[in-house]
Amino acid sequence: MTIAGFVAPSAGMVLLDGSDITPLPPERRDFGMVFQGYALFPHMTVAENVAFPLRVRGLSRADRDAKVRAALDLVQLDRFADRRPSQLSGGQQQRVALARALVFDPALLLLDEPLSALDKKLRAELQEELKALHRRVGRTFVNVTHDQDEALSLSDQVAILNHGRLIQLGAPEALYEQPRTRFVADFLGKSNFLQGLVQESHLGGLRVQSGATTLVQQAPRALRPVAGSPALLSLRPEKIALLAAGETAENMVEGHIAAWSYLGAGFLLVVRTADLGEIRVTLPSWRAPIAPAEGLAVRLGWSADAAVPVLDDAA
Amino acid sequence: MQRSAIGWWLLLLPAFLLMTVFYIAPILQVLTISVTEPELGFGNYERLLTNMGVQRVIGTTLRIGLVTTVIALLLGYALAYVITLATPRAQRWWLLGVLLPLWISVLVRAFAWVTLLRRQGLVNQGLQAAGIIEAPLALVWNEFGIVIGMVHYMVPYAVLPILASMREIDPRLLAAARGLGASRRTAFLRVFLPLSAPGLVAAGVLVFIFSLGFYITPAILGGGKTLMAAEWIKLQILDIIRWGLGTMLATVMVVAILVTLGIFSRIVDLRRMFGARA
Repeated sequence: MTIAGFVAPSAGMVLLDGSDITPLPPERRDFGMVFQGYALFPHMTVAENVAFPLRVRGLSRADRDAKVRAALDLVQLDRFADRRPSQLSGGQQQRVALARALVFDPALLLLDEPLSALDKKLRAELQEELKALHRRVGRTFVNVTHDQDEALSLSDQVAILNHGRLIQLGAPEALYEQPRTRFVADFLGKSNFLQGLVQESHLGGLRVQSGATTLVQQAPRALRPVAGSPALLSLRPEKIALLAAGETAENMVEGHIAAWSYLGAGFLLVVRTADLGEIRVTLPSWRAPIAPAEGLAVRLGWSADAAVPVLDDAA
Repeated sequence: MQRSAIGWWLLLLPAFLLMTVFYIAPILQVLTISVTEPELGFGNYERLLTNMGVQRVIGTTLRIGLVTTVIALLLGYALAYVITLATPRAQRWWLLGVLLPLWISVLVRAFAWVTLLRRQGLVNQGLQAAGIIEAPLALVWNEFGIVIGMVHYMVPYAVLPILASMREIDPRLLAAARGLGASRRTAFLRVFLPLSAPGLVAAGVLVFIFSLGFYITPAILGGGKTLMAAEWIKLQILDIIRWGLGTMLATVMVVAILVTLGIFSRIVDLRRMFGARA
C-alpha cells in the first residue's frame, strides 16, 4: 500500500530507479496493479476493463484498441474481449486483471495478495500461470502474499516483513537455508527450535548445552554468539535422520514417538526428547526405515551444518 | 401446487380481500365514471386534446414533478454518497436524520414552510436584516414554494434507493481505478457513478411518480394559484361537481404511472431498488 501510494510511510522514502516518488499519489506512479479479488469493473466488458488505464491517460481510440488487443493476446483472452467479468472463471479474471495492469507498460507490477481468496488447487494453477506470464513479460513484479509456498516458488527475491518492518531480504533458497531470525525460519517452511547455552564459541563453531545434551553446530562468524549467552538453533524437520543401531552422527538425541501422521509423500513424526522437547521429523514414506508407531523409541541424528543459529525475535 | 404453498397463499387471502373490497373496487368504480358521465363514451378524454385548462394542469404537474425530481436526486445523491463513506456509527445518525422527516405529517411540514417562506417569514426577514434584499421575495404561493416543499418531502425517497446501490459497490474498485492511473474525479465519474446509476434511475422514477400525485403540499404552498393534477381533480369533483372530467384525469395518471412502472421494471430489478438482494 505504501509502494502503491495509498498510505504514506511513517519514515523513509520510496525510490523508483533512484528517484524519490514518495509524495506522488497512486495515479501518478504509473504502476500496474493487481488487487485482491482482482477488482475488475463489473459494468465494463473485458476489453473496456483493459482499456481503462489507457482511457484515463487520454490515449486515442486507435492506440487504445491496438494495445488492448496486444494485452489480451498476451494473456490469451482475445476471444473474451466482449464478455463481462462475471461471465469469466477465476483464472480468466486473473488474466484480465493482469492484462489491465500491464497494458500501459508500467515500470513495475504490484500484486496485492491476488490469490489469497482462492481455494488451494486453483491457487496453485494460477501461481504457475503467473510465473509463466512473468517470464514472458520480463518486468519486475512485486507480489504481496501471506502464502509461504507462493513466496518461495514464485520469487527471485523475497522480502519478509513483520509488523511493517523488513526482517530479511534475499533469494528464496538463502532465506530458507539461512534464516536470520526465528520469525523468518518459522514463516518459510516448518522448523524446530532448539534452545541452549553457548559453552564454546570458536572458529569451528559452537558447542551448545541443552540440559544433558551437548550440540555441535557450525556457525559463520557474523552469527556466532559469544560463550555464556543463550542460543537458538533452527533445525528443519527434513534434515534430521533416524539413526539405525550403531550409526552415529555429530548430534544425536534419543526419544520416543509421541505422535505421527501419514502425509502421502512422507511421514511426520513428533519425537519427544528429554532435553530438547518435542522435535518434528519428516521422512519419506517410500521405503521408510521404520514403521512409525506411538511410543516407539528412536534415535535422531543430524550433522553440525544442518541447523542454523537464529535470533529470537518471536515475542 | 403443493399443500404448504396453498397454506401460504391462504394467509394472504384476508389482506387481498381487504384490498379488493375497500381499495381496488372503489378505484375501479371511480375510474369507470370517467367514461359514463356526463354521457357514455370518451367525451371526457377528448378534452385532453381540446381543453387548454387540462393541458396547462398536466404541463404544470410534469414540470414541477421534473424539477422536484432533479433537485431531489442531486441532494439525495450527495447525501447517500456522504452516508456511504461515513463510519458505521456516523451512518446511523445520518440515516436517522434522513428518515426523521418521514415521521412528521406532511401538513405540519407544509405549514412550517409557509411560516418560513412567507413575506414576513424568517427567511425574508433574515435576508432583509442582512441587507441582501430590500423588498421581500415571493418565496411561497407559487411554483418555487411548491418545489421547496416537495423536494423536502422527496429527499428521503431519493436517498434510500441510491444508498442501497452505493452500498453494493466494492470500495476496492475505487482504489483499483486510482492505482491504474485515474484521478479521484475520474475514478468517481468512470467507476462510482456508473455503478450507482441503477439506484439513481430507481430513485428518479420513484420520486417522479410520487411528485405527480402530490396534493397537500402544492395545495398549501401553491396558495391556489398554481394548480397541480391532484388539486385540479379535487376541484373538479368537489367544487365544480364535474365527476367525469376529474376521474378522467385520475385515470390518465393511473395508467401513465402503471405504464412507466411497467417499462421501468423491465429495465431495473424493482426488488433490488429497495435494498433486497437479488
